[in-house]
Order: sequence, then C-alpha cells, then structure tokens
Amino acid sequence: MTQAPLQTENASAVGEESGADLVLGAITKRFGDFVAVEDLDLTIPAGKFFALLGPSGCGKTTTLRMVAGLEQPTSGTISIGGKDISRSGAHQRPVNTVFQNYALFPHMSVLDNVSFGLRRRKVRDARAQAEAALELVELSHLAARRPAQLSGGQQQRVALARAIVNHPAVLLLDEPLGALDMKLRRQMQVELKKIQTEVGLTFVHVTHDQEEAMTMADTVAVMNAGKVEQMGAPRELYELPRTVFVANFLGKSNLVAGDIVEDRGDAVVVNANGNRLAVLKERSTVQQGKALIGIRPEKLRMMWPQDAPADAANVLHGTVLDTSFTGVSTDYLVEVPGIGTVGVFSQNHGQQLAQPGDGVVLNWDTEHAFGLDGAEDAQYGAPEVDD
Amino acid sequence: MSVQAAADKTPAPDKRRGGSERGSGELKEERRRGRMGYWLILPGFLFLLLFFVLPVFSLLATSLYAKPPGADIGQFVPALEFNNYVRMLGSYWPELLRSFGFALIATAAALAIGYPMAYLIAVRLRHHALLRGILLVLIIAPFFTSFILRTQAWKQILADEGPVVSVLRTFALLPDDGRLTATAFAVVCGLTYNFLPFMALPIYANLERLDIRLIEAGNDLYASGFTTFRTVTLPLSMPGVIAGTLLTFIPAAGDYINAALLGNNRDTTMIGQVVDSRFFRVVDYPGASALSFVLMLAILALVFIYVRRFGTKELL
Repeated sequence: MTQAPLQTENASAVGEESGADLVLGAITKRFGDFVAVEDLDLTIPAGKFFALLGPSGCGKTTTLRMVAGLEQPTSGTISIGGKDISRSGAHQRPVNTVFQNYALFPHMSVLDNVSFGLRRRKVRDARAQAEAALELVELSHLAARRPAQLSGGQQQRVALARAIVNHPAVLLLDEPLGALDMKLRRQMQVELKKIQTEVGLTFVHVTHDQEEAMTMADTVAVMNAGKVEQMGAPRELYELPRTVFVANFLGKSNLVAGDIVEDRGDAVVVNANGNRLAVLKERSTVQQGKALIGIRPEKLRMMWPQDAPADAANVLHGTVLDTSFTGVSTDYLVEVPGIGTVGVFSQNHGQQLAQPGDGVVLNWDTEHAFGLDGAEDAQYGAPEVDD
Repeated sequence: MSVQAAADKTPAPDKRRGGSERGSGELKEERRRGRMGYWLILPGFLFLLLFFVLPVFSLLATSLYAKPPGADIGQFVPALEFNNYVRMLGSYWPELLRSFGFALIATAAALAIGYPMAYLIAVRLRHHALLRGILLVLIIAPFFTSFILRTQAWKQILADEGPVVSVLRTFALLPDDGRLTATAFAVVCGLTYNFLPFMALPIYANLERLDIRLIEAGNDLYASGFTTFRTVTLPLSMPGVIAGTLLTFIPAAGDYINAALLGNNRDTTMIGQVVDSRFFRVVDYPGASALSFVLMLAILALVFIYVRRFGTKELL
C-alpha cells in the first residue's frame, strides 16, 4: 500500500526520463588553477545504484554538483536520456539531491519540506504524494514536526523522501550517511538499497567510505585527483584492481615490487628479491619490466615452515611481527626479509595461532594475484597516507 | 578479624562525609554563580531605572500638570489635567499622522534599498572576505561623521542648482520651476538615508548565518531563483527584517532633524518638531510631555500589532 502510489506515479509521470541514462561527456571543472574534475567521461545506466567513491578532494562531490546544476562545468556536456541539460538551471533538471547535511528547510514542517518540489511543479495531489513518500520512509507520524525536532537519522529520511517524491530521472546522494553514527549508518545502508530497488530510480551515491560503496552499489567508480581510476562491480574492483590507488583504497593489498623475468605463456613470473612470484597475464596490467604483484591479505595461506610446499613459486618466508585476534579471525603482520611487511588475514578454523617471533611461510594461488605497473608508489591510496 | 572489620568500616563514613561535602560545595558554587548573574545585571538595571523608568514617570506626571491662573511663563503645578491630551491631539493630529506616514515610507524605502545590499554582502559575496569587509565598512562609515552634517549635505544634493534637480529637469521628470529642497520628498530621502544602516545591518547579521545549501536545495527542488527567495530566503530572514524595520521606523517616526533641515514650515512638519517647539519656544511643558507620551504609546501599539502579525518567536 505504501509504495503503490509512488510506483504508479513513477511509471506515468516521468516514465520516459526514469529509463534514461546519465551521460557525462568530457567534463572538466576548474576552480582557478585547481582542476577539480579532469576530462571525465561517465555513463550511468538507468535504474542502477551507482557509487562515486574517492578520498576527499578527489572531485566526486563537484561531479555530483555539476549533474545537479549547482556548479557549471568549465567544459563538457551532461545529458540525461540523450537530452543535453548542461545549460539548464538546477531547477529545470529532472534531478534531485539528498544533501550532505540534509539542508531541510527549518521554517517548514516535515510534510511541507517533502511536498516542496511537488508544489513548485504544481502537481495536483502534492499533499497525498508527500504523505505516501513519508510513509515509505516510515515517518508519517512526524509529518507536522519541524526538522529541528527530529533526530539525525529521521532528518536523513526526510531529506530522502523530499528528493524521491519527485521521481527524478537521477537521484543524487552526497555523502548522505556521513553525519550518522556507525550503527545507524549500517541500518540506513540497507534501507537505502531497499528503497532504491522499490522505487527503481537511478541513484548516484557519493561517498569516501569504501565499505558503504561496496555494500550498496551495483557499480562503483573509484575517483582520484579528478579522474576515474577504475569502474566496475564491487567484486570486480576488489578482486582485480587495475591501479595501485584502487588496490590500496578499496580494501587492503599487499604489493610486492619486482622485475618480470619469465614468460610462462598464460602467466609471467616476477623476481622479487630472489622470490619467484607468478601472476596470470590477463590479471596483470604489465607484461614486462618492473611490476607490483598484489595479493589480498585473506588470499594468503600461512603455514609452518615444515608444511611449506616444495614448489618454489608464490612462497615467502617470514617472521610474525604482530598479531591481533578478533575472534572470527586473526590479523598478522609478517616481516619478509627483502620485501617488507605483509598483512595476512587468517580465519579462525580452530588452528594453532602463530606468535610474534615465529617463523612462517606464506603461500597463495596464482589466480589470486594481480599485477600492476611497477613504476607506481606501492603506498599510493593507502588509508594511512590518505586520512 | 575485628581489626579487619574496623579497618573496613573506617573509610566508609569518611568517604560518605567527603562525598556530601563535595556535593554541598558544588551546590554553593552553583548558587554563588547564580547570584553573580544578578550582580552583573545590576549596573544596567540601575542605569535604566535612573535614566529611563524614572524619566518616563516624570514625563507622565508632567503631561498632566496644569497652568494655574495668572502663572508666569513656564510655571505649572501638579494636577491631573487630562485636557492636555485632548488639546494636543486636537491641534496636532495631522503632524502625528504625517510622522507615521513619513516613517512608513522611509522604512519601506530603506527596506527596498537595504535588503538587496545586505543580501549582496552576506550571500553573494560570502566567499569574498575582502570585498565583503569593504562594503560593510562603507555601510557603517557614515556614522563617523555627524548626523546633522550628513543631513545638511542632503540639502546640497537636492538643491535647486544641484545635480539631482538638473538631471530630473533635463528628463522633464520635474517641471522647470519644480524643486526638491523643502519638500516632503526631501524629508523622506533624509530619513531613509539616515536610518538605512539600521535596516541593513540586522538583515545582514541574519543573512550572514543563512545556510547557502538551503538556497541550493530550493533550486534543486524546482524553485527558480525568485521562488527560492520568496519561499526560503525571505521567510528565514524575517527576524532580521523585523529588527531592521523596527530600528528604522521607531526613530524615524520621532525624528525632527530631517524635517527641520530638509522640510518647510507648512506641509512637512513632523511630531518631533512640534514637541521641540512646544517645549523650547512655547514653553508648554505639559503639552510637549503629552505629545511625547502619545507618540510613545502610538509607536508601542503599532509595533505590537506589527510583531504580532509578522513576528517570530524570537521577538515576542
């Protein structure tokens, strides 16, 4: 009952726009000498939950504001469903925004806030639709309140209702969960995803929280320094990062530097200080010269030296530096001579735990490794550097 | 065993006593701070009592004084002569009405000029600190010279040979023998000019705190620039507008300098001038007091209705 009026309206009133892709063509935005967004091409398919992920200052919010019409691109075009909207004002675009700190109108009731956009467009049953939207976010009982009388989470839902009630072709979310505490944020992530599926709108979600982007989005674009580093499904980005920045920003990666010394046909072998590490060619961006071999901490197997495989590839000998037991798993830091510190994530199967000072052997399957350009800084994009 | 028990017992009462001492100490501290607040408002309270409340009562008393038969000029005796009010209102109601009329027009003009000024500085130039500072100083700068001097300057600006009149005559907006000095227009110009900062500054102070994202949210939700202004910016800045209009209207209604310097003696006389002449020239203290009192009550009544109608919780 709650979603019924919204969905019908969605199909009839803005049907053509709802099924429209958002296309950014060679967008550049400069603020004086600073290039916030550089020559960005992006196609966001209709009906998808799309996340723009990146550290602060990477240009993701600027990109969002240009789509909203709150910022004019220095050059390039923005179109929705093939219709160029680059030159139309914010109030003429079929796009609505959930602002970072909600930006609810403090002098209006919750209901008036939600019906604001409908009333501006002179929609006939604005009140009824606003009430339906409030029901969708489960806030009907607070319709008469002022925003200041609501909690952060409730204000967040009002901001969401105020935007989706207009059935925009694209809904823009600017760090919408940033002001909420951890527990509420997890809850709202699930809810946002659920609402997106229900109303079927295109969501473009800007966030610096990689976990948030991965749990909610169908497609994630990782942005850095005004450019998209890599774009794809969360799993794809995680399993096969194509740049050092993505490897470090999205989850943790162990990156080992070396030179490609052998071509095995489907794979290449890297010599990293005497250790021979293999990587599949299709999982490597470089086929010769310097390379960084990446391996996720949970893909590493840690074993006692006597259990080590005889096969010499993908084996590292090291000493445990530090352990942290979290119950479900144990995080190890292992010092490997000539290579550095390697992080290992070991699930709790009831096995005997290694202690600091223990000698261990690390091993992994070749298909889990990925190869990156060895010219890049292996620490680039790692959270320690960033935050 | 017994020693152990005794040792266990001793610290307990100690702790309790210590705790209660600290509690009462905190309470005392709190009370002391509370009383401190009263001491701090005492000077202001005494000042207002001496220089505002007492004079108001003295004014009220004077307004009811009577002139005994055969008394000298300026000699009055305490009485309850309510006829003073009837006499003054009967003679001077046109000046009273005119004062409110002029003040109303000047307030409207100051709002029309002051609001865009305040909006420009507070919203449009929010990220241009230097320009913003310069413009704010320009608004306040007139206070560095005398009120009378500035009003005199308007006489020059509006003079028959002055730039304004000649331009208006060139465009035939003013007949060749038309003039601006010594007209109601000049008085209203003077009032508007002199009280403009009192309009612009409270509105600026309000708009300065306006969250720009609310304007963006309005635009985002299909409201054009003007609609956003009408539905978001203006309602949110009403406390500033109300403060500004009150700070302009109240002194403008009682003003006599502008009317005296820029007006004539026929059709621009304001109530302040009447009070002035009743007091210093005619030496009719009760009449002047009665008029002052009427002016004060009328302003209070108008302000009350105004704030009730447009006001926000912050002011009433």
